[in-house]
Amino acid sequence: MLFFIEVVLSGLLAGVMYSLVALGFVLIFKASGIFNFAQGVMALFAALTLVGLMEKFNFPVWLAIIGTIAVMIALAWLIERLMLRHLVNQEPIILFMATIGLAYVLEGVGDIMWGSDVKLLDIGIPQGAWDWLWDQGIYVEKLELFAAGTAAILVIFLAIFFQKTRIGRALRAVADDHQAALSVGISLNTIWVVVWSVSGIVALVAGIMWGSKSGVQFSLSLIALKALPVLILGGFTSIPGAIIGGIIIGVGEKLAEVYVGPMVGGAIENWFAYMLALAFLLFRPQGLFGEKIIERV
Amino acid sequence: MIYRETGQFKSSYQADQALFPINQDRYVIFAVLIVTFGIVPMLLNEYWLNAIMLPFLIYSLAAIGLNILTGYCGQVSLGTGGFMAVGAYSVYKLMIAFPELGFIPLVLISGLITAAVGTLFGLPSLRIKGFYLAVATLAAQFFLIWLFNKVGWFYNYNASGMISSPPMTLFGVTITGPEGDMKAKYLLVAGLVAVFALAAKNIARGRIGRNWMAIRDMDIAAELIGVRPLIAKLSAFAVSSFYIGMAGALYFAVWLGSVEPTEAFDINQSFLVLFMIIIGGLGSVLGSFFGAAFLVLMPILLKNIMVDGFGTDAALAAHIEIITVGALIVGFLIIEPHGLAQLWRIAKEKLRLWPFPH
Repeated sequence: MLFFIEVVLSGLLAGVMYSLVALGFVLIFKASGIFNFAQGVMALFAALTLVGLMEKFNFPVWLAIIGTIAVMIALAWLIERLMLRHLVNQEPIILFMATIGLAYVLEGVGDIMWGSDVKLLDIGIPQGAWDWLWDQGIYVEKLELFAAGTAAILVIFLAIFFQKTRIGRALRAVADDHQAALSVGISLNTIWVVVWSVSGIVALVAGIMWGSKSGVQFSLSLIALKALPVLILGGFTSIPGAIIGGIIIGVGEKLAEVYVGPMVGGAIENWFAYMLALAFLLFRPQGLFGEKIIERV
Repeated sequence: MIYRETGQFKSSYQADQALFPINQDRYVIFAVLIVTFGIVPMLLNEYWLNAIMLPFLIYSLAAIGLNILTGYCGQVSLGTGGFMAVGAYSVYKLMIAFPELGFIPLVLISGLITAAVGTLFGLPSLRIKGFYLAVATLAAQFFLIWLFNKVGWFYNYNASGMISSPPMTLFGVTITGPEGDMKAKYLLVAGLVAVFALAAKNIARGRIGRNWMAIRDMDIAAELIGVRPLIAKLSAFAVSSFYIGMAGALYFAVWLGSVEPTEAFDINQSFLVLFMIIIGGLGSVLGSFFGAAFLVLMPILLKNIMVDGFGTDAALAAHIEIITVGALIVGFLIIEPHGLAQLWRIAKEKLRLWPFPH
């Protein structure tokens, strides 16, 4: 029983880590209808920049984080200027392809600027087992608990930002209808910069958590692939969906790996999440919390 | 002046419905075929055939396959790498079990096996659409690669987990594996690609192709006018997977000779083929060739220029290469989102009017 609880708990927390990446996807998809494949690479890029600032320029942690946020905002501005602005009104598949191109560029730039070796990221997040539960015989990473707390704060912050602020209202307007938003005087370009900046910051948070967990390296960009089933499970347009989807995927994946994996030769983590999401989709094609798609001729 | 249909009168329905109704198109196709089968094998040495022509042709075949699904039927798929692996492993098992059938029938059979697998993974497309479907096809990609890694039967319980193609002959010439004759390999692949490219063009303009395009443009409207989505979507998955499976079989047996599933058929293959059809042009057979040529040639060219020309460090050159590929993709999408095939169409339109501007 204890073992089962431990598996479920670690699945829960791993799920929260997936949600952190999925959140960035949802933000951009909601506000611009772009399926941003580069989100994982953005997390890698943010983490690389953070480590680079700390190592090469000996910045203290807080300054490095501010510096990285500035870099991510500048990046959002550049992306809007050089890419999105020219792709207005294109089909979603074209925009999706463009973000894959962007992922390649960011990956190359990050490697050239900061080197491609594995780096340790230590910004003082507690590591190791959580003593209180460890005494009960359950192993839980402090880092993952910390990540869960951060995710909660992040979601609250985003909810307030979206619901209560002026920019948040504009963002929701743009998400609803591009043209209507334009006609009441909301600048699409500004909104896109804001949204990409916010998702850049979410990427930084995800990058810090994943980087502290397993080192900053190329494989970090592959967590985007882990976040995709979370997205289709939760729905592309729902922030709570990203969190709950992440938790379902995390728990399901861990349980399957531990209890089913040995029967079929292991390493099923790679595809199990997709199959789980696919099974859900057959019953709810728009994901658990996605907007219902109403189609007219 | 040069390219126009004026003066070419059709006197039968057959002539009117020809695959290439304009004479000039026919001449160009004949010229291309003569160059492909007559001149290229004489001019190019083994290195060129192996490093450029074979991958170009094989990826063209895969791109035509994906274009049928994505370009004509509008179903985005990210499972190309997985389906190519199905083709490769089927042809491997078949080559070992039934060598007496001959290589070409085996390639066709492995195409059919892939078509069956593709149809199975196409079933969710009846319920889900757009990006949800794209992500769902990733399930095929990861599951199939995992399967070929874990189940020993597929690689004959070989200790390394790799599969190597046994030598097979066609008209007495070895055409598979590392000992194969390069020119024979090239001619075989070129022949298959030529036949199936024409077949694709023919399917696409016929009844099935029109059903696909109706589904792509608006599936509900298509359903209302009597296109059956079940048949249209699943047939697109089947035909597309058939092409991709054949491409996978050739990729493994003829070009590489031995493969390891996680490396050779990973998700980057799926993206590569998707890039090819986007850059080449969605919904165009010719575009598939353009896209494949562009993405096969460009990395080689970049590498040659940077490493040999400027003496750049190889690791740095690799980084610059991926940046350039990424930037070019974005640039292409901005300048011509309909791909190289669209440039070709515009050029034809201009030629038709030349020397007048309108």
